[in-house]
Amino acid sequence: MQIFNIVIAGVGGQGVLMASKVLAESALASGLDVKQNEVHGMAQRGGSVISFVRIGEQVNSPVVMPGTADMLISFEPLEALRYIHFLKPGGRLVYNKVTINPSTVAAGLAVYPQDVEEQIAAADADTHGVEALSIAREAGNGKAVNMVMVGTVMKHLPLKEEIITEVVKQVSKGKGVEVNMKALAGGAAAC
Amino acid sequence: MKKIISGNEAIALGFGDSGGVFASGYPGTPSTETLEEVARLGNVYCEWAPNEKVALESVIGGSIAGGRSLSTMKHVGVNVAADALLTLTYTGVNAGLILMVSDDPGMHSSQNEQDSRNYAKFAKVPMLDPSDSQEAYDMVRTGFEISEEFDTPLMLRTTTRISHAKGTVVPGEKIAPQIGEWVKDVPKYVMLPNFGKLKHIEVEARLLKLQEFAETTPLNRIEMGDTELGIITSGVAYQHVREACPNASVLKLGMSHPLPERKIREFAGSVKRLMIVEEMDAIFEEQIRAMGIEVEIGKNKLPLCGEINADIIRAALGETKAETASPVEGLPQRPPVFCPSCAHRGLFTILSKLKVFVSGDIGCYTLGALPPMGAMHSVIDMGASISAAHGMAKVNTIAGRDEKPVAVIGDSTFFHSGITGLLSMAYNAGNALVIIMDNRTTGMTGGQENPGTGVTLQGVPSRQVEIAPLVKALGIDNVAELNAYDLKETEAAIKKGLETPGPYVLIDKNPCILRYKIRKPAITVEPDKCTGCRACLKVACMALGLTASGEKQKVRVDPNVCNGCGVCAQMCKFDAMHVIEGENNANL
Repeated sequence: MQIFNIVIAGVGGQGVLMASKVLAESALASGLDVKQNEVHGMAQRGGSVISFVRIGEQVNSPVVMPGTADMLISFEPLEALRYIHFLKPGGRLVYNKVTINPSTVAAGLAVYPQDVEEQIAAADADTHGVEALSIAREAGNGKAVNMVMVGTVMKHLPLKEEIITEVVKQVSKGKGVEVNMKALAGGAAAC
Repeated sequence: MKKIISGNEAIALGFGDSGGVFASGYPGTPSTETLEEVARLGNVYCEWAPNEKVALESVIGGSIAGGRSLSTMKHVGVNVAADALLTLTYTGVNAGLILMVSDDPGMHSSQNEQDSRNYAKFAKVPMLDPSDSQEAYDMVRTGFEISEEFDTPLMLRTTTRISHAKGTVVPGEKIAPQIGEWVKDVPKYVMLPNFGKLKHIEVEARLLKLQEFAETTPLNRIEMGDTELGIITSGVAYQHVREACPNASVLKLGMSHPLPERKIREFAGSVKRLMIVEEMDAIFEEQIRAMGIEVEIGKNKLPLCGEINADIIRAALGETKAETASPVEGLPQRPPVFCPSCAHRGLFTILSKLKVFVSGDIGCYTLGALPPMGAMHSVIDMGASISAAHGMAKVNTIAGRDEKPVAVIGDSTFFHSGITGLLSMAYNAGNALVIIMDNRTTGMTGGQENPGTGVTLQGVPSRQVEIAPLVKALGIDNVAELNAYDLKETEAAIKKGLETPGPYVLIDKNPCILRYKIRKPAITVEPDKCTGCRACLKVACMALGLTASGEKQKVRVDPNVCNGCGVCAQMCKFDAMHVIEGENNANL
């Protein structure tokens, strides 16, 4: 198989890394090679976060090059736009429609682009916007946005849905199992 | 069983499986998780030291006492530990000793981009350079074997894309903790000049033996492919090379110091064109050129700064890449910021207002330099806030300037190397205001324990140092508490500190809200009262924003983000911001 490149973007604190872990563990459980990589270092909330997951029979570099991502999953619209050039032409883009202000906007130093969704729609991509926060709340916890986003792409990965579901169960704790199962299903139903 | 783990996790696991006995380090991205993972193993002793020098020296003691030992730190940490390292190379080891150092090409979270391979050359010690998690795991055991066989400390070097990238690892057989004799050997461990002179001769002989080892070890391997192009590389750059040039011949150096000269000659002679792909400095290239070997492509085409990737290698080979979309321009940046309700926010709101010179340090509070605060004017290295402020004050006095600098430092950085600077300020009759933000954790790297936390890396309750008595003992008479959540009080305290001649220390003891999971009800804005003056936005909190464009934009607070510290409300002159009573749902 060709290497399947996934880019996951979001804002620090949204759970991008846990979503990446779920996909990487699912690839491993499917008997595939996988490299997952993100740059993290600053513990604070609010910075832009980007993570790469590469799945294939043999994966060398942990880094996805611009223009080569099969899929971009963004937890926030502005971050979708920031990393949209990573997508290959016609790649699949799923983004959470709920915006989070960057500090520059919050401080009145910059303006959040009002036409962010129009700009996203203009890209050469198979694009889907979802209301991930309300789906997560319906599932029982607003923090489950990351599992909603995993749910939205489950049917479009070179991985079996059952395997992903099982991995999510394994990484969830206590009440979180039920919430995350609902979040996955809610995401899958959304697009 | 096959696992998918990061390079850092792999090194921790490798340490446990190789009979590791004692580990000590200081947190620093991207090395931090290694020691945290050793702690999670549960059955191997490990600890955070207050700084890297102490960590390495402790590990030297561990090795002398006969236990396989590991020290972990980021690249700049080795500068702090270098005094120990450069003599440790003379003494050699008893049990195996590995110094794991993590470089940060691209400076994702560092103040410089130094290449630690220089230290291996400088200290004349072997260095291993893993290219993925499996190698990171394997090289710990191999590293201990080399360290013990050649009586040398060994450096295990990662970069951000090794430390933080996850890949598959099949662990090997776990061996029992390796603990040997605790031996007295004066000529070996007492580096008086007479003993040192003899040891230096041994170090040079050892390096020659290691060079011979490098010629034959499978750590350095030739992967013959097309002989048109041969590439010498190491670390994560090897993976990028394999991605960019799957058919090329490759000499992969798993051991990046010392180099195998004969193997390199043999390889160079078997290919038409020779390319060297290494991130950051031209360490291989300079040595290989000094061997008289012609290098066609190296740093003449590849960058000295930042990371290397497959596209950069292709470009260096003159391959043109298919046009892809460019990044969208003009988007608002999203830099990291103080967490909602972080105590640093109040402090920097006031420092920004007072327009004083702030001598800064390494930690979350370094973000106070960014707009809109812009209230930090120098940041050099761990601890420099206090010593540099002292120097500024001395020159200000000589120049006849009546301005007192402000140093800002966190608790962990103060323990690391701020104490000595403050001692000097007291001793040399300095004149700076020092603000210690004591949030009882090492925040920037993710909330690690330190001597002020009251608990060790392995979760054992411990002595908790109090900073005020420590500061007084150093000779500082003026020590006061600060509560940065109260803006009026903070302004008054800072002004008093600036007006009082001589060293003055303010200590804020508000805990890190992220580390200690502090949750408060969110703030709300009364739209009728908000005039849209934007005074509250000066606190630079991501919970704040403006309402959708209308006639007059007003401020709104995102209840999913706000954690109710109330600093923004203190900026409001119209009493428009209040706490929402009831359950808080800050999504921290």
